[in-house]
Amino acid sequence: MSTHLPILPILLPLLGALLLLLPPLSGSLRRQRAAALLFALLTLLTSLLLLRLQLQGIQLYVLGGWQPPFGIVLVADRLSSLLVLLTSLLGVTSILYACGGADRDGAHLHPLLLFQIMGINGAFLTGDLFNLFVFFEVLLIASYGLLIHGGGKQKTQASFHYVALNLMGSSLFLIALGILYATLGTLNIADMSTKIAALSDGEQALARAGGLLLLVVFGLKAAMLPLHFWLGPAYTAASAPVAALFAIMTKVGIYSMFRIFTVVFGESAGELAFMAQPWIWPLALLTLLAGTVGALASANLRQLSANLVVISVGTLLIAIVLQSEAATSAGLYYLVHSTLVCAALFLLADLIGQQRGKAADWFVMSRRLRQPTLLGILFFVAAMTVAGVPPFSGFVGKVLLLQAAAHSTAQMVWVWPLLLLSSLVVIIALARGGTTLFCRHSNDRSRGEAASPWRVAAVTLLLLAAPLMVILGGPLTQYTREAAGQLHAVPDYLPVLLPGGPS
Amino acid sequence: MEALYASCVGLLSFAGIFLCLRGRTFPVVLGLTLISYAVNLFLFSSGRLLLNAVPILGSGERYADPLPQALVLTAIVIGFAMTAFIVILAMRARADLGNDHVDGHLPPPPTPARERGENR
Repeated sequence: MSTHLPILPILLPLLGALLLLLPPLSGSLRRQRAAALLFALLTLLTSLLLLRLQLQGIQLYVLGGWQPPFGIVLVADRLSSLLVLLTSLLGVTSILYACGGADRDGAHLHPLLLFQIMGINGAFLTGDLFNLFVFFEVLLIASYGLLIHGGGKQKTQASFHYVALNLMGSSLFLIALGILYATLGTLNIADMSTKIAALSDGEQALARAGGLLLLVVFGLKAAMLPLHFWLGPAYTAASAPVAALFAIMTKVGIYSMFRIFTVVFGESAGELAFMAQPWIWPLALLTLLAGTVGALASANLRQLSANLVVISVGTLLIAIVLQSEAATSAGLYYLVHSTLVCAALFLLADLIGQQRGKAADWFVMSRRLRQPTLLGILFFVAAMTVAGVPPFSGFVGKVLLLQAAAHSTAQMVWVWPLLLLSSLVVIIALARGGTTLFCRHSNDRSRGEAASPWRVAAVTLLLLAAPLMVILGGPLTQYTREAAGQLHAVPDYLPVLLPGGPS
Repeated sequence: MEALYASCVGLLSFAGIFLCLRGRTFPVVLGLTLISYAVNLFLFSSGRLLLNAVPILGSGERYADPLPQALVLTAIVIGFAMTAFIVILAMRARADLGNDHVDGHLPPPPTPARERGENR
């Protein structure tokens, strides 16, 4: 059992999704909900077990018994199992929220959510670059279905842009893979890191081109500055549970950048070491700035949340580009925190919007909320967390990152003002939005329906992480530090990652 | 052979990118298809081009790299599914939005009023 544990977070959602499409379960929504929740919880359980198992050492799962680098492998190290756990948790909450009624808008929401979880888990676990492409496609095709779920003009329009852009991205990904395979002769990430230093001058130029193409592809997925225009329309158009699950999609891009630009093009890459840094630096700062300006200009809570996702991407790009263990560790803490809180904000926007009638979540005067206290507290906690105000997790994440950026004066001069300024602006934007949503009422005396307990439970579950991540801050930062250590010291782990030696 | 192959890939990508930048959904879909052809050819060549060589060890003096062939096969299957999806999506967009522009609404007609006066 424990030998097959690394593949279970991929197989379980797949199995669940397939069963949900077959007769005994496909007939009734009630059975679908129960089964979807069951499989999501099972996935969460296996991710927890996997997390515990890999504490003893990196788990290598050799698919079909073909030894790496010739066969395909799954690698469960500190980083990937943490993110798999995060995905599974997010999956449970978004399925829980969907049970509150969003799954009535169209058929097959639950199977699509499970397919999406499978794709994301696979992308985190794979140790092979081509397999990363395959799992990207799995999660993308599920996301295409999810984005358009429920139908409507806005969704169709956002979908076409999203799909066309991502098809272009997939083509670029394949070209990059072709170039890297042609120069390095392998696509196993650990094996690539052993080959990259020994390239001749001509091959180096090709590998550099391939690596930078990968930066474009991951930048598109992560919503890095010039490639982030799809994010706003797509995330605002998507239904709430889908948007919540999408909160981790940008992080898949960030994760891939961590893997490729730290492991393959990292310290041990000879002349190609850190070759993407000069490109990522300005883009990271500009992404942060763009998100900040966008947050001020947002006219409704969903747009604001989408811009907060962009801000978190900018912040994480800074963590990537700092290229130190401390920065990576801070980045991982911030990644977990920002994913959970952004997902909670998307769900909250839907909850608030439903009680305000026609005004939905737009920042305009409207009738009173049905449950102002409950939603007010939830919104307040989410806002404090996302803005980075103590005592919640956002504060810890930002402080860790600021500390990591204090290595040289140049870094401090660029990173500190921008990060602090963006926090301030986020507070202003959230305060402005929050007062309008909760305090400015029209004379309309009609009342909306109370929120379904499923939905409140899902949001509460996500927001519980905010205080928990502070209380468990010690063990958690210890864990992210170890994860960063593993990522930065891949040469030390080569005997585990490539038991047969490099090709 | 390399030059011919490379120019084929280049021509396909050129046509694909040109079509992708058009304003209607149908040319964009065609463009994406052409780009995926170009990508598949490119990926195939990443194992070096060889004539009369089978991808099996010990079958002759020379052998081809089997991995790019497997990669291309996967890429073709995925590309096919994605193209089918975007075709349906484009048709849905045409039905939902009432036009086939990629932005969902037609741009205003380009002829300014003064010019129309001159034509009269």
